[in-house]
Amino acid sequence: MKIPIPHLDSDVKVLLPDGSEHKLIDYLLPSALLMLAALLLMISMFLPYWRLRLYAPQYPKGLAVNVYVNHLEGDMREIDGLNHYLGMPPLDEGGRLERSISIIAIVVLGLLLIAAVFIHNRWAALFALPAVAFPVIFVADLWLILYQYGHSIDPQSALGGAIEAFTPPLMGLGKIGQFATFSSFQPGFYLAIAAVMVMLIGLWFHRAAYKPLVDARKRARNSARTAVAQEVVQ
Amino acid sequence: MRRFLSLIVVSLVLLAACDSEPSSMPTVDTGATGATAVTGALPSDAAAIATERGLSPDDIYAALKTYTPSGKTDPYIMISSGGQSGQVLVIGVPSMRILKVIGVFTPEPWQGYGFGGSGDKVLAGGKVNDKDVLWGDTHHPSISETDGSYDGQFAFINDKANARLAVIDLRDFSTKQIIKNPNAINDHGGAFVTPNTEYVIEGPQYASPIGWRYAPLDQYKDKYRGLISFWAFDRTRGRVDVAKSFQIELPPYWQDLCDAGKKVSDGWVFCNSFNTELATGGVEAGNPPYEAGTTKNDTDYLHIINWKKADAVFKAGKVEQINGIAVIRMQTAIDEGLLYFTPEPKSPHGADVTPGGEFVVVGGKLDPHVTIYSVSKMLAAIEAGGLQKDTYGVPVIPLDKAMEAQVELGLGPLHTVYDDRGYAYTSLFLDSAVARWTLGGPYADKHPEKAWTLVQKLPVQYNIGHIAAVEGDTATPGGQFVVALNKWSIDRFANVGPLLPQNFQLVDIAKGGEQMKVLYDMPIGMAEPHYAQIIKADRLKPYEVYPEVGWDAEQMKVDPNAITKADQAKVVREGNQVEVWMTVVRSHFVPEQVKVKQGDHVIWHLTNIERTRDATHGFALSGYNINLSLEPGKTETIEFDAVLPGTFTYYCTEFCSALHLEMLGYFLVEP
Repeated sequence: MKIPIPHLDSDVKVLLPDGSEHKLIDYLLPSALLMLAALLLMISMFLPYWRLRLYAPQYPKGLAVNVYVNHLEGDMREIDGLNHYLGMPPLDEGGRLERSISIIAIVVLGLLLIAAVFIHNRWAALFALPAVAFPVIFVADLWLILYQYGHSIDPQSALGGAIEAFTPPLMGLGKIGQFATFSSFQPGFYLAIAAVMVMLIGLWFHRAAYKPLVDARKRARNSARTAVAQEVVQ
Repeated sequence: MRRFLSLIVVSLVLLAACDSEPSSMPTVDTGATGATAVTGALPSDAAAIATERGLSPDDIYAALKTYTPSGKTDPYIMISSGGQSGQVLVIGVPSMRILKVIGVFTPEPWQGYGFGGSGDKVLAGGKVNDKDVLWGDTHHPSISETDGSYDGQFAFINDKANARLAVIDLRDFSTKQIIKNPNAINDHGGAFVTPNTEYVIEGPQYASPIGWRYAPLDQYKDKYRGLISFWAFDRTRGRVDVAKSFQIELPPYWQDLCDAGKKVSDGWVFCNSFNTELATGGVEAGNPPYEAGTTKNDTDYLHIINWKKADAVFKAGKVEQINGIAVIRMQTAIDEGLLYFTPEPKSPHGADVTPGGEFVVVGGKLDPHVTIYSVSKMLAAIEAGGLQKDTYGVPVIPLDKAMEAQVELGLGPLHTVYDDRGYAYTSLFLDSAVARWTLGGPYADKHPEKAWTLVQKLPVQYNIGHIAAVEGDTATPGGQFVVALNKWSIDRFANVGPLLPQNFQLVDIAKGGEQMKVLYDMPIGMAEPHYAQIIKADRLKPYEVYPEVGWDAEQMKVDPNAITKADQAKVVREGNQVEVWMTVVRSHFVPEQVKVKQGDHVIWHLTNIERTRDATHGFALSGYNINLSLEPGKTETIEFDAVLPGTFTYYCTEFCSALHLEMLGYFLVEP
């Protein structure tokens, strides 16, 4: 693929072992993209991934909980206070293990992405691809937590008999008692998705850059072998 | 590459589009959407209502000026005296909706004020000779000032009946301190603050022997005295500091209303008076009654007091301690040049300093004029010296050396407030009208009319006493509205029996010239308020909920006896003392059963651990006269002897939740 980016040391060429020439940018680009993916993932730690908003007549400004990979922010106190009528556990008890390891996990994924920069063959994909799993695991785990939460109503509690078990939707509108709920993914999650996409594109360019190198090495090796064989034959 | 970048952007936009969140509750129509601005003629249905109700275009104008749709708040807040209710009223302007009744000198159950909580301590400060006096006659509220403008931090008010002063903290609009003036039995000229609230001024009214002692009335001239108090205010603590306060002894002339000078007159205080006749009444013995005796002379004296110099004299120790407070004796005040007089027409009323501090306006009451005194002329006369002295030796500035102008307004001029374009507004009690008139001097260019001229007299219903304007007694008046505080309402409201509500009338002063209009009548059915002040709402910065769970609202800090979680609740017995730490939250108390033995001493700490606005709980304990208001975060402590045996309940007195009725507990006192 031709990428017309002028002024990037267009006079500098990469000479492959088979004697073919490649542009410098072909090799800088995948590295940059993989590092960008790692950076996006790191930034996402500081942004909310998901938000639940609750609306009821007596809460004109609504109530909100912002979910970060490692903590919750917002009106948990009030929501917990309301949920005690249903005997539900505090919001903060959901996904404790996941939150405790999430930062380490993201750092490891980021480091793997950067490691992939230095691996110049197909094995780079093995280091980079785990990052795909992160947003997937996040969504699956969130659903599980929400399911468990909505199914933890205590029938012995004040209003436990009046509300049926429910699972708050991952996205969009829901209804619990007099509350309308609205859930939505937040910038942190979108950054993680963006990181995955950037990483996939990076891998595509990685392949575009290094496959010719790997092939050229093979060809060079093969032709050397052929030369040696010819010498031996001669 | 560009194609790939745009691919990323498009994907993100697509993802973000899934997140188009409703800005308000999605399933409930708030009724606020879809409204468009009305222009041109009235909509046909509104016109039909106007016809049906017989509303004139003026009525419609007034309705549009005052109607405040649900959910909109008032741009101005009026802090009003609650008269003989002993309370203070908070009213929104221009909607004229009562927002709050603040318990001040009288217990107020809805605030849990005076029924077992920390309000008891505040009310105890107002004891008179160690006896509870659980009412007051509140007269003149005064919002704290910085540089002559309201700063919205505190409000002060006096109790005329017992010479007391109260401090209200405007962070939570509740009373924090009541002090009893130890040397006076009544007051009137308070509260008024100095431009930076250095002192809260409490002027006297009916003279009595200083220190509140006995003296027969035939010794009136020698033994009876007026007394003006300067209460030092400590903003950090939010309390009057009696040790740093002082009083000045005055002749027994029945000083009436005061106002602190500001800007060019900063450092001075002006008070009118109305009994230079030294009348002592006794109509039953054939003497002239007070109403005649005190109005005999053609003039009384405007008192001109140099409080900054008095402050220096006090700090130099030229005082006498009487009943625990420093008093500057009258002779010292004269010798040190703290006190001057100038004549004012016949039984005057009010002494209202103009926004820039240049003039003092005094209402004639029995004289149809307001008299305008020039501060610079008076100061020049004092500087020049050689003044004649009155009976008590106080130097008197001749009227022609003090007066700037006189404006004839009508009958019964009392109080004057100002706007932002050079108009003054004076209440005319006998004419039952508000007079708009023009100021001169530096204000002459602000209005098109001639200086010192009556512009309009607007009839009000009826018998206006005080008058309030938006920040109209400060260095920065706001204009827009005046409120006439009418003493009689006669036919303005439906008949509710022989005791009638007072009538607060909102007056539109937004347009100049003769275009003042009455907009709205607001009944006050619980007292006869005197003065009120109107502050711009955005100057007030009250709490939405108390800053932390466990807040001692009386001390404005975290209470050491607060608990923040239900699992910290406990009951501890030590000998015959039982101490309870209780949490209060929707919809339960913890603990819900408290058992003691008859005669136990009970100390009971309650903390509302809520953080949600308006999640207030009450705590009423049957049989023990206890009722608290526990706003979110507040901690209160009650203490009593469980003398009554039996079964008692405590329950929440604020309808807090769907399970409010279930929010109760049993208090068992075993015989």
